[in-house]
Amino acid sequence: MSAVRKEPSRIVDALAQVGACGLFLFQILGAIPKSLRHIKETLRQIWFVGAMSLVIIMTCGLFVGMVLGLQLYYVLSIFGGTAALGTVVSLALYRELGPVVTALLFAGRAGTSITAEIGLMRATDQLSAMEMMAVDPLAYVAAPRFLAGIIAMPLLACVFNALGILGAHIVGVSWLGLDNGTFWSNMTSSVDVWKDVVNGVYKSTAFGAVVALIAVFQGYTTPPTSEGVAYATTRTVVFSSIVVLALDFVMTAFLM
Amino acid sequence: MESNRVTDARAPARSAQSDAALVQVRGLRTVLNDKIIFDGMDLDIPRGKITAIMGPSGTGKTTLLRHITGQLMPDAGEIRVDGINVPTLSRNALFDLRERIGFLFQNSALLTDFSVFENVAFPLRQHLRLPEEIVRNIVLTKLQAVGLRGAAELMPSELSGGMARRVALARAMIRDPMLILYDEPFVGLDPIALNQVLKLIRTLNDTLGLTSVLVAHEFAAVTRAADLVYLIAGGKVVARGTPDELTRADSAWTKQFFGGDADGPVPFQYPARDYASDLGFPSPTPAERAA
Repeated sequence: MSAVRKEPSRIVDALAQVGACGLFLFQILGAIPKSLRHIKETLRQIWFVGAMSLVIIMTCGLFVGMVLGLQLYYVLSIFGGTAALGTVVSLALYRELGPVVTALLFAGRAGTSITAEIGLMRATDQLSAMEMMAVDPLAYVAAPRFLAGIIAMPLLACVFNALGILGAHIVGVSWLGLDNGTFWSNMTSSVDVWKDVVNGVYKSTAFGAVVALIAVFQGYTTPPTSEGVAYATTRTVVFSSIVVLALDFVMTAFLM
Repeated sequence: MESNRVTDARAPARSAQSDAALVQVRGLRTVLNDKIIFDGMDLDIPRGKITAIMGPSGTGKTTLLRHITGQLMPDAGEIRVDGINVPTLSRNALFDLRERIGFLFQNSALLTDFSVFENVAFPLRQHLRLPEEIVRNIVLTKLQAVGLRGAAELMPSELSGGMARRVALARAMIRDPMLILYDEPFVGLDPIALNQVLKLIRTLNDTLGLTSVLVAHEFAAVTRAADLVYLIAGGKVVARGTPDELTRADSAWTKQFFGGDADGPVPFQYPARDYASDLGFPSPTPAERAA
């Protein structure tokens, strides 16, 4: 009975969180001009969330491409269409898998570290200390990490796509004997730069903004306890994954 | 440049207020988590003096500092710092005011990604565009004052609690503020460091013409540093005077607090059920209680 009574308040709390996150987005956008004074901090964050994520993105991209190559070669061989392997793999990567899988990996690798870092800064009064030194933490801490997410995500997605295609090429051409010229020529003739590649970049930019916003918001508003930081880190991964997949559906519907 | 503009703009206000207390608190009322912290409290912090705020744990001493700096807004009342009513300030105006206030946090709150040098230099780098050589000289001067010039390249994780406190003190005074607020500055300091910090607080206050507010529990240390002591309890000021006056005062509050007695107007025990019934014994009758 009490569980039933709690449900409406949980829904209200969840909606309040969404509203607070929306307001936080406007606060960050408002702080971006001031954050440009701390351009070094933004560059440091791009290095941290972008370059430091390269290993996991490249490794996962390579294996996803290899699995795709293997599976699609098997399916296409049933219909005698293995020549289309390059086309199918590249379209799947550019349009869907590249942006989505990179965003999920990004949430796990960079999102959690952003949340934990800001949460610990909150717990150890570092954010309060900045405010007391008349330095706006929104401009110095939140905005650079948000911008870094937006800038790094599309670049990481491009790297993921490139390694994915390389993986599919290794499996399809080097291992299963597909003709190299067929693989590349079918791909280049079927993939449209604007409709496929650039739309994927749009998606990954939007996913980068969403993941970075959720990560920064969770860290910024976490209760200043070790348990609070742990929950906030978990929420970053869960909420980012759900929002990325839901947003992917919406964007796909609009960009088709 | 921005800092100069702020100082100039406020110069007339400052001279007009020069005789008044630097911090004036009037009718302060604060309720946190359904608990009344301040209930119509009045308090003045005189210019150029060291004022200590003392009181039992949980009476809102740190909360008072957070009100003075605008980190926490009261439910009612006025808090004027140099004539400016803090609760009415916009975020930008609040930041302008904070540029003239130094704050020493209870847990030091050093930026863990930066070295000791960069922590102390942080306010300078953020607000003033000074040549690197001047930044270096100012920072080393402040670190020398707290005895940690040799630790400039260490990271906060390599410092003891006392050293971290002294680095935070150097950072708080890096821009020679008009007001420095010290939240429990003596906790975790060994006798040598405590003595040096006491001397430093006194010297800084007198030579730079600062105003200092100390929140502390160590009465022996406070008597050596403070010019004026406020004793806060029950949401109000219950005693005020010089350390000597408070030591000699014939009030139940001062006697209990400075004597460290469990019995008195400040309850030692948190409100709870009857002790005997909590342990499973029959509750004493009123007659037994009276006996």
